[in-house]
Amino acid sequence: MRRDRILLAHGGGGSLTRELIEKLFLARLENPLLKPLDDSAVLVMGGKAHAFTTDSYVVRPYIFPGGDIGKLAVCGTINDLAVMGARPLWMSLSFILEEGLLLADLQRIIESIGATAAEAGVQIVTGDTKVVERGKCEGLYINTAGLGEIVAPNRLGAANVKAGDAVIINGPIGEHGVAVMSQREGIAFQTNVVSDCAPLWPLVKAILDTGAEIHAMRDPTRGGVAAAVCDIARASNVGIRLREDALPVSREVRGACDLLGFDPLTIANEGKVLVFCRTTDAAKVFAAMRENPLGKHACVIGEVCEQPPGTVTLRTTIGGERIIDMPTGEDLPRIC
Amino acid sequence: MVQNIEELSQRVGHDVKFMEVCGTHTMAAFRSGLRQLLPKSVRLVSGPGCPVCVTDPSYLDAAIELCGRSDVILATFGDLVRVPGTDTSLERERAAGANVRIVYSPSDALLLARECPSKKVVFLGIGFETTAPTIAWAIWRAAHDGVQNFSVLCAHKTMPQAMDALLRDKELRIDGFLCPGHVSVITGAHIYRFISERYRIPCVVSGFEAWDILKSIEMLLRQLAEGRAEVENEYSRSVKEYGNEAALRLMDEVFEPCDTVWRGIGIIPGSGLAIREKYARFDATKVLGVQFPEARVNPLCSCGSVLRGAASPLDCRLFGHPCSPTHPIGPCMVSGEGVCAAYYKYEGVAA
Repeated sequence: MRRDRILLAHGGGGSLTRELIEKLFLARLENPLLKPLDDSAVLVMGGKAHAFTTDSYVVRPYIFPGGDIGKLAVCGTINDLAVMGARPLWMSLSFILEEGLLLADLQRIIESIGATAAEAGVQIVTGDTKVVERGKCEGLYINTAGLGEIVAPNRLGAANVKAGDAVIINGPIGEHGVAVMSQREGIAFQTNVVSDCAPLWPLVKAILDTGAEIHAMRDPTRGGVAAAVCDIARASNVGIRLREDALPVSREVRGACDLLGFDPLTIANEGKVLVFCRTTDAAKVFAAMRENPLGKHACVIGEVCEQPPGTVTLRTTIGGERIIDMPTGEDLPRIC
Repeated sequence: MVQNIEELSQRVGHDVKFMEVCGTHTMAAFRSGLRQLLPKSVRLVSGPGCPVCVTDPSYLDAAIELCGRSDVILATFGDLVRVPGTDTSLERERAAGANVRIVYSPSDALLLARECPSKKVVFLGIGFETTAPTIAWAIWRAAHDGVQNFSVLCAHKTMPQAMDALLRDKELRIDGFLCPGHVSVITGAHIYRFISERYRIPCVVSGFEAWDILKSIEMLLRQLAEGRAEVENEYSRSVKEYGNEAALRLMDEVFEPCDTVWRGIGIIPGSGLAIREKYARFDATKVLGVQFPEARVNPLCSCGSVLRGAASPLDCRLFGHPCSPTHPIGPCMVSGEGVCAAYYKYEGVAA
């Protein structure tokens, strides 16, 4: 059987995405800056380290509870900079618009881009606009790039996590995915869940300001917390143990997941950050997070150990243990 | 509760094998890690409870053939799209341009038919008593409203006949059944009586939380320890003795029993649901002339034995390499409720 076409699952942020990147992109485009495959590349310019990232947004529907594609584009881009310990400075925006898109919708989206950028202290400094025939895209897609200045004292990255680190998250998981899903034709259901979409830089800055020894941060977007921790366990060659009873999941998200057969651990977030820091600094980081509006519900959800390397396990509420595997990535196309 | 299970298993005094026949039980048992909490003498095995897994590969090939027709929109539950047929899967055909839509209920497929009057919308009707009433409803509704372009490729199955077939298999030796909660909500708990009465094997209808399953295992062990064989209902908060009568009436209105093929087990008489003659115009096999050519499957794939509970996924030579959730070969590795997927995801390849 030849797999000679792109499948929706290639875009899911799980093992098929990974396979595509490694076998096709990295195999032909590899260089030392690309190779770490972190959320941003780290570039040294004028003696200073900068984080540089790019992202595209195709979420459907483009306006959803708690946000819209514009707010998502700004948050997603600068969060990829923030988790590298970088203060977001500048962004580009490219729009692909469908013939017939309501100008009022576009205006609303641009306004939310402006408001989110202002809130996060990032400037939109360049952009582009293309229009395609009706039916050739769905409303609009946005492509972005972001550039930030790294202020973290040490290099953060998926490969830098060490045995003995604590794993902390800033609040309940799965909300973005469930909020978007609840609006989809065919599954639409009544829920109070709104997307957690938010710019994380203020929270990340508060964490860095504690002076704690942070080894890595990740915003668990597509593929959810499961994909993010699996990635890190593999890149750092460590074991990660999570505790089910410590994982913050709201009743609404759990209910929606039970109904649709999803695992909250694999559902996308857009305002969450996983922090891996030295255990002795965990209390300091945790306290700083709890004081920030974006970290009020922060929880220590697990720890990093030496064994078994490259593997994530979950201690279940009834006392069993199971493996958390990289999601394959087909559950929900176009969540961001 | 775990301690009760320990004590009861000692009272029973020999190794026991309990089977669950419901994909949701399979996943709950793995996800909660409860299998590790059981004493060594208590083995929990999975039977043919995953609707996608028990579907015969020739059905998939027929569906794949249908989705290649330019006037057809194929509507299906999401689980089926990645299951490999003989040469390809619905997912690949969709990427190549076929019109395959994922729906979350048969009524969405009916809605699709109303919205696309120039296309023939075919719904892939698979599953057990749990989903059959919703599909019966969609067919009944289509008949009532005179919808012309909606049909169902029906491969529905009923659970008691499959359990009966497993019990006739001398090789298996099952000491107790965890009966499926969702199926029983529709059918009622009484349908398992033949198991306790004819085969003298204890049955407990179980809910889906880890605690439900542990409690049900405890109830099974207690029956064994006390020398009883009865149908007990742990999931009484949802399951009644005689089920949901309205749903059963609707099923009987639209469907009639037929012989059908179960992957791994073969033909089980009376274990399928066919669309009655009265509703034949909604039967895709009749209105669209669907053929079920003999399918070719990888001869090393052990899904058949796994589905009978006769082999563990770890016994399969393909498990892990080359068969994995990313590159599945058999249905048990694809489905969200498949046993191989559960072993792979929750216990690791090396488990």
